[in-house]
Amino acid sequence: MSGASHISVQGVHKVFQSGGQEVHALKAIDLEVPRGEFVCLLGPSGCGKSTLLNAVAGFSLPTSGAITVDGATILEPGPDRGMVFQEYALFPWMTVEQNIAFGLQIKRTDKTALQARVDELLVLLNLQDFRKRHPKDLSGGMRQRVAIARVLAIDSPIMLMDEPFGALDALTRRNLQDELLRLWTELKKTILFVTHSIEEALYLADRTVVMTYRPGTIKRDLVIDLPRPRDVASPAFNALKKELSQLLMEEQSRHQQDEFKGAAVD
Amino acid sequence: MKRIKSAASGILVPLAALAFWQLLSSMGWVNAVILPSPMQVLTKWWAYLRPLEAFDPTQGSYLQWCFTGELIQDALGSLYRVLVGFLIGGGLALPLGLAMGYSKLVYGLFNPLIQVLRPIPPIAYIPLSILWFGLGNPPAIFLISIGAFFPVLMNTVAGVQNVDSIYLRVGRNLGASRFTQFTRIILPAATPYIFTGARIGMGTAFIVVIVSEMIAVNNGLGYRILEAREYLWSDKIIAGMFTIGLLGLGIDTLMSRLSSHLLKWHRGLEQS
Repeated sequence: MSGASHISVQGVHKVFQSGGQEVHALKAIDLEVPRGEFVCLLGPSGCGKSTLLNAVAGFSLPTSGAITVDGATILEPGPDRGMVFQEYALFPWMTVEQNIAFGLQIKRTDKTALQARVDELLVLLNLQDFRKRHPKDLSGGMRQRVAIARVLAIDSPIMLMDEPFGALDALTRRNLQDELLRLWTELKKTILFVTHSIEEALYLADRTVVMTYRPGTIKRDLVIDLPRPRDVASPAFNALKKELSQLLMEEQSRHQQDEFKGAAVD
Repeated sequence: MKRIKSAASGILVPLAALAFWQLLSSMGWVNAVILPSPMQVLTKWWAYLRPLEAFDPTQGSYLQWCFTGELIQDALGSLYRVLVGFLIGGGLALPLGLAMGYSKLVYGLFNPLIQVLRPIPPIAYIPLSILWFGLGNPPAIFLISIGAFFPVLMNTVAGVQNVDSIYLRVGRNLGASRFTQFTRIILPAATPYIFTGARIGMGTAFIVVIVSEMIAVNNGLGYRILEAREYLWSDKIIAGMFTIGLLGLGIDTLMSRLSSHLLKWHRGLEQS
């Protein structure tokens, strides 16, 4: 089974201690992601989708169960699973260029190859005019482009994305979504993408995994076989949107009940 | 135009104070030994600044001669002690602070001692410093080092401890070794704090140098104003005090210019 999968999550549980209480963030998660697939993890806040992503990244290992990449169990973070963070997390003391080059320097890429690769990525993400700028002088969309370029630089076969476009305005967001789809088609990465936006999941993913609110389990694993580029106004798109809304609303209301009881810990 | 206006309004209060001061003296309301007139202070200041002897080409160049004034020599003496003391104190504090910020073990080992020593004002070390180092520059530099040490240390520790963990996560994600994480992420991320510490440490060093010159050495601005008191030269005392003030302002401005130049990437980061 795991032979065909790129990422394989098997029987994963994750328990946190929070205020003397045990919080079951993830419960019995099984997920197989084939090579080159674009998978969205969708759910309300507190459903453990980011926890699952962090477990795949190796930042916080599962309490039980196993996650493997190409059959090898994940024990720590590594450059084979590049991550794009929601809050960009660019190094503010480095220029755009230096941020992109950082991962390559760690890999001890020689100078000429490094410069060529950085130049190539600057062009690929339309950042040529900003190479000498510092992150504070960039817009949110530009910063996220740099963050994507920084991960692409190390050429990891897997890209993990934690609500990367959540903080952007609608237009910039659509723009970067299209860009991401273009890069994904071109570079054939396996992408695990966390979002709480139904439309984003439907617009991007081959497959959308809907998660439940605490304990985080998989509620529905839905293949989105709409042809790309997807028309957000089409009846098929909206039918799926309605279906997913229904699923999400159920979880959202459980989340709210929990919050009213004062038990929600985010 | 705006700048001229704000400069003009900024000079208003000092001018009024000066006028009031001059009035006090001109009307003979205060004894000139207690408070000399501004003109008297200015005259003394100039005399203090000017070379003592006439220019003599056999003794060296014109430029050298310009620096033979008592005030210049005192200021240079004070600056030298500040610089050496700051470099020793800050130079010891920086590596210790980095280690304490980075390693919980090192922090646990050193923090109790640091917390006990930190509240002791550098001035309280005067008796011990004279006992240990006698008179002259060594005890003065010792005191200044202590004054500079703690601000640099505390800020460096805080700087390293406050590095946003997201940067370290990025580092680990990209496969950075612990060494690379330290040199390329923790160190630059902590520099705003370290520079703040250096600036405070420099300020403390400047306070301590004046005190230490009053007890341990026989030149420098601190020594000179104490010496002037012996002769009841209040004009020279005030001239010396203004020199200390201007020099302190100059050093602080220089430090802040330097840090905002080196931290260009950081300026206004909080707002964005």
